[in-house]
Amino acid sequence: MTSTGNGFSATRRLILQGAGAIALIGLGNLPFLASALAAANDKYPEEAFKAKSETDAIKALYGKMPEASDKVKMDAPEIAENGAVVPVSVTTTLADVTSISFLVSENPVALVASYKIPAGTVPSVANRIKMAKTSNVIVVVEAGGKLYSATKEVKVTVGGCGG
Amino acid sequence: MASTIRVRATASGETTEVQALIQHPMDSGFVKDAKGEIIPPHFIQQLTFEYDGKPVFSADWGGGVSKDPYVKFAFKGGKKGDDLKVSWVDNKGATDTTTAKIQ
Repeated sequence: MTSTGNGFSATRRLILQGAGAIALIGLGNLPFLASALAAANDKYPEEAFKAKSETDAIKALYGKMPEASDKVKMDAPEIAENGAVVPVSVTTTLADVTSISFLVSENPVALVASYKIPAGTVPSVANRIKMAKTSNVIVVVEAGGKLYSATKEVKVTVGGCGG
Repeated sequence: MASTIRVRATASGETTEVQALIQHPMDSGFVKDAKGEIIPPHFIQQLTFEYDGKPVFSADWGGGVSKDPYVKFAFKGGKKGDDLKVSWVDNKGATDTTTAKIQ
């Protein structure tokens, strides 16, 4: 064992250097993990956008099924004059909303849009969707880790798929 | 080339309301052209809005969103004169981005 002659034992130095090295490796891992997590959260939900039924799409997106809630308020026309452009909006009084999604049962692909709501963003979205024909429009809200939904039938006179 | 994104962000009290209109065909891939051939899918897949370097709203879209998509949302915070950055990526890998000033 070397003697440093300044009262600082080599063993202690070795341990501290080891601890320092581990600490640096730990720090080095963080950015990698952070970006991997961020990438996972930002990933486009490919599978959900391939699902034919709204049940499969919701399962692919959220891993669970919603319960109907009157705290999810959907605004959609009774009759859509133009199925290619149907204005649908939703607002909710639920707290801790993290996600809002729109689905149309009778569309070839049920999932139309899914929005991420970070903390500080109002849980309210307006958008314009295509409807192939008269169908249920479903809005799903993820709040506090739970899933809620509202459904409304919208009649379509001229289908939105160009036919 | 001019941006495909038109955005209006208005600060009112504690909230900033944002409306965006984007030029994009949003072809679902289910429609046939006059010759009876399928028009290939061509639609925006992801759209993000950033304020102060952080996402305040993001969208995952499919071909079921209407052509020239419109979206409206609001977030707490945001001051007049601050920047709001909007970007999108479509299924062909094309992108566009713009920065608007909150009014």
